[in-house]
Amino acid sequence: MGRLSYREGMRQALREALAGDPRVFLMGEDVGRYGGTYAVTKGLLEEFGPERVRDAPLSELAFVGAGIGAALGGMRPIVEVMTVNFSLLALDQIVNNAALYHHMSGGQFSVPLVIRMATGAGRQIAAQHSHSFENWYASIPGIKVLAPGTVEDARDMLAPALADPDTVVIFEHAQLYNMEADVPEARNTDIRSAAVRREGKAVSLITYGGSLPKTLEAATQLAEEGIAAEVVDLRVLRPLDMATVLASVRKCRRAVVVDETWRTGSLAAEIIARIAEEAFYDLDAPPARVCSEEVPIPYAKHLEEAALPQPAKIVAAVKAALGR
Amino acid sequence: MIEFKLPSLGADMDQGKLLEWKVKPGDVVKRGQVVAVVDTSKAAVEVEIWQDGTLLEQLVPIGETVPVGTVLATLLQPGETPEQAALHKREAPAARPAPKPAAPAAAVAAPSAAPLAQRRPVSPAARKRASELKLDIDKVAGSGPHGAVTIEDVEKAAARAAPAPADRYAEMRKAIAAAMSRSKREIPHYYLSETIPMQRAAEWLARENEKRPVTERVLIGALQLKAVALALAKAPELNGFWLNGAFQPASGVHIGIAISIRQGGLIAPAIHDVDKKSLVELMRALGDLVSRARAGSLRSSEMSDPTITVTNLGDQGVEAVFGVIYPPQVALVGFGRLETRPWAEGGELRAVPLVTASLSADHRASDGIRGARFLAELRERLQHPEEL
Repeated sequence: MGRLSYREGMRQALREALAGDPRVFLMGEDVGRYGGTYAVTKGLLEEFGPERVRDAPLSELAFVGAGIGAALGGMRPIVEVMTVNFSLLALDQIVNNAALYHHMSGGQFSVPLVIRMATGAGRQIAAQHSHSFENWYASIPGIKVLAPGTVEDARDMLAPALADPDTVVIFEHAQLYNMEADVPEARNTDIRSAAVRREGKAVSLITYGGSLPKTLEAATQLAEEGIAAEVVDLRVLRPLDMATVLASVRKCRRAVVVDETWRTGSLAAEIIARIAEEAFYDLDAPPARVCSEEVPIPYAKHLEEAALPQPAKIVAAVKAALGR
Repeated sequence: MIEFKLPSLGADMDQGKLLEWKVKPGDVVKRGQVVAVVDTSKAAVEVEIWQDGTLLEQLVPIGETVPVGTVLATLLQPGETPEQAALHKREAPAARPAPKPAAPAAAVAAPSAAPLAQRRPVSPAARKRASELKLDIDKVAGSGPHGAVTIEDVEKAAARAAPAPADRYAEMRKAIAAAMSRSKREIPHYYLSETIPMQRAAEWLARENEKRPVTERVLIGALQLKAVALALAKAPELNGFWLNGAFQPASGVHIGIAISIRQGGLIAPAIHDVDKKSLVELMRALGDLVSRARAGSLRSSEMSDPTITVTNLGDQGVEAVFGVIYPPQVALVGFGRLETRPWAEGGELRAVPLVTASLSADHRASDGIRGARFLAELRERLQHPEEL
């Protein structure tokens, strides 16, 4: 298949979805003429025309609502909310409508909608544009939440998301778009399971999305010091594949969860709670987490770096858990 | 600074007892030099070092049993001074875990670095394991964060508390039991065998040996070894290791020779690069290996890296042997006794010396058709002894 960027992987998936199913259309701010704020949808307007690639007005509440309506009407909309920061304006549509219709209609309606959004910090675009709220979405019953952390997953997770009868929210970390990798031919993947990206036995590093490359970097540094860290990529944030997580924790007996959301109420907090509930007697050290500091993400580069999870912080947390 | 660590001298070794230092502080050591003798549960093994340097400090005293990976000694790199080395020196050598202060409260790592409560910290896993082992947890020293007792501490304490091993034979039996149980538990074996006419080989060898001085005479076993090594070129998936769910081909052909120990038990050290050795060299290596194995003075490189094993039970009189693979290797070749039996060839029945060669192979790494190709190649090679 050759070398592909995360952005190109996602674009390829969108193109295949548009070409393969006439019910699929794209909608969002600047997805058409501008080609997407992160250039993911570049060229798709020219290829598929304005009926299938639709620029939306600057009202997240309105166009996510329109997407829900279209999904109820038999379409398979893919709505791009530029970033998670702006998705807060559409939370009511997502929480009260997309997630609840199946329940409220006694199973008569499903909302087969896919919502894509960029998330995360690290690009010096200041506090209002650097949020990570995927943990909020991952707490909502009725939707599924994905966080592809590899180029392959960026390309392969969209198709099963579209095939799912429920609303699926896909988080794309903004720092991953330029990441390149050699990937095999597109293949069927699932949106149920976590993946072990690196095997080890000293500590289980559990992470997802934008923190995955940092965690893998930390694992490489740890390996140089003789510490074999296992890296589990959650991939799917709701529902969580705890079987894979717990198997890794039981093997390594120590867990460090790496998550760019703020520490309090983070996804890491939920995962550690479940580890404590289900694997307490297998633990050899208190579980630890590396999250963002509880501050608005700073603009200044050195402060922003200090506020976010970094390989050095992950290495330090692992050593503390090992008592080294 | 170089840290010289106790290597694993086989898949079933997790600790070793230091028997002897062959070098002392200040000695210059060369790559490949034997620097210590370590007792695994199977044999006293001469351990080689793989870096040049000058011995700085011996960290493990003679007689101590330490886990694989423990730093046994530190060495200066060529050109390094002890002062420079001191700068790089870790806070405490692994062999001597000094009581450590609580982990530094790195801003990120330990949000609540406040002193723990009065209760002594014992990890849940350690507490559970201690109760399984019926060990008094209060008597186990802790090495984890905040001095917590970890499962590793419990297991080490339990190992110390266990009665001293009855004798070397029992230890070896235990090691063999562990390796062979693991093999039969994990490796899906398949078995093939082939009857190989040995007339040409036997006649050729008799003629060759007549020309040689007694000390350079070659036995048929050496011929078989060389034929195995050369035939492996046709079936590289039999020569290597199954590690982490995948086959890793070996870069050389290092054949482990199954050698029975007189007092009982079995060991399979390697002859290196068998495919590149002449028959005379092989014969010499074989004799040397057998006598050193029985004397208990093998080298670490011989113990740790066989890429395939050959067993020959022919002299014990069996017709064929179907062996158990020594993990993480993926194949074992067996030879039965050389015996003259009826053999039909070209429409004629003749009395011919025959040997049954067998292959036990790991089906995860190779399929029967590859194994069959290997045995066919082995038979073919043995029909051309002059090319071995």
